[in-house]
Amino acid sequence: MSAAPLLKVRDLGVTFRTGDRVTVASTDVSFELAAGEVLAVVGESGSGKSVSALALTRLLPPAPACAVVGSIQLAGRELTGLSEAELSKVRGKDIAYIFQEPGTSLNPVYTIGFQIGEAIELHRPDVTDRRAAVLAALRDVHIDDPARVADSYPHELSGGMQQRAMIAMALACDPKILVADEPTTALDVTIQKEIMDLLARLRRERGMSILLITHNFGIVANFADHVQVMRKGRIVEQGPTDRVMGAPSHDYTKGLIACIPRLGQRRHRLTTLKDELKVS
Amino acid sequence: MNAPAQPLLEVRDLAVHYPGRTTWLFRQGPPKKAVDGISFAVPRGKTVGVVGESGSGKSTTGKAIIKLAPLSAGRILYDGQDIGALSNAAFKPWRKRIQMIFQDPYNSLNPRADILGILSEPLEIHFPGLSKADREARCAQLLADVQLSPDFLRRYPHEFSGGQRQRIGIARALAVQPELIICDEPVSALDVSVQAEVVNLLQDLQAKLGLTYLFIGHDLAVIEHVSDHILVMSQGRIVEQGTPTEILGSPREEYTRRLLAAVPKF
Repeated sequence: MSAAPLLKVRDLGVTFRTGDRVTVASTDVSFELAAGEVLAVVGESGSGKSVSALALTRLLPPAPACAVVGSIQLAGRELTGLSEAELSKVRGKDIAYIFQEPGTSLNPVYTIGFQIGEAIELHRPDVTDRRAAVLAALRDVHIDDPARVADSYPHELSGGMQQRAMIAMALACDPKILVADEPTTALDVTIQKEIMDLLARLRRERGMSILLITHNFGIVANFADHVQVMRKGRIVEQGPTDRVMGAPSHDYTKGLIACIPRLGQRRHRLTTLKDELKVS
Repeated sequence: MNAPAQPLLEVRDLAVHYPGRTTWLFRQGPPKKAVDGISFAVPRGKTVGVVGESGSGKSTTGKAIIKLAPLSAGRILYDGQDIGALSNAAFKPWRKRIQMIFQDPYNSLNPRADILGILSEPLEIHFPGLSKADREARCAQLLADVQLSPDFLRRYPHEFSGGQRQRIGIARALAVQPELIICDEPVSALDVSVQAEVVNLLQDLQAKLGLTYLFIGHDLAVIEHVSDHILVMSQGRIVEQGTPTEILGSPREEYTRRLLAAVPKF
């Protein structure tokens, strides 16, 4: 693919300031995301993987508590420096998000249908029959009884169904990029498989790009075209999934992959990062 | 007294039913059968793993054994004695022999107590004869046992990472020198690198102290790694049990096969 990438991030850095203390959450993050591509970001908690994704549309505290540096180009348009009003048009419309715990992302006092309708009202003002658009959005994520789900409150749905509703809401405005931040971490493995299969299908059908934040290498191997490994706010390694997983060049990547227990490969003792890196 | 073949823990036809929701005119809905008649044995010094999806009853099973969930039916035999029907007061000596480690290291430690206070509490209850100095020395040793610095005694839970907190939770369980530890998803909330360290620590402690584990989890690979025997639970029942080789190599039940197939391979 020699075409210009859909998303081009250069030297992105996020810094938090509390009183006199400055915390560098991520620094020198550069990557590209092509149309229809799935890029996985892996790393441990605190590695800066979520914060970089949130920085794309500045879903972060305002300055001076939080500073974002670097360049973020979406289809050639620079996003850094845009006003809050301009950014809110990018959020949801061009770049949509789903998060780890669907239960806490949904508003408990409104029905699913109302919440999806809100997103449609905001980003697609030309839609006249909002109810029909809501039902279509739910049907798109393969919910068989969209009317029942639309009239349900979040607590009446299972975790898997809540995440489907979140995906429906995120996709209702046909975004170019879906940022999925640990979308299945809170779910059972069988539900996880259903959600990942659904995301794979939606990506094929719509040619949508996915920035997938996860710590599950199994999901990375089965789902991502490219992967970037983050540690302490920096990208330590990135490349095609087969290469990074098959022949990792960085010791940290090797260590992370080595410490995962795998089904059917019982070992006497689990490898730890310390074994691999020979440092704490 | 004990025949060598007698398991440390034996559960027979255990059931935990919660009353159904009251519907109109005070009519009682059907009971929620969290655990619905399960039987298994945990041999001394071994690890029995329990896997299942959320709502399968795996955690409730663990809680029922130490009276954190009400028993509706069945018997719990510990070292040959029925402990299921005991009152809370009569159960106290068994709390010293059976301990529990919880999933969320952030919510299972009292945020207002320092580590010394957290580790001292079980000692005060179960070893009231210990002097203050002896107790403190014992707490320092407990931290060393879980590979933490004794300097941490005066610190508070919020100063620690998730992995360190889980080690403190393990130290608290070890304080009363138990025989059986119920590990309820002890590594599910941890990063993979930390998960490996905590799993190794639990296995080292088992070898050193001769501990017996009931290890509850949803990650099949972790359960396979730690267990001598595996129970697969679904909807309050054990659908299949056997050695890791049997369960993972040749599962007999469709449910187990489906669970295995859902794990992303690489």
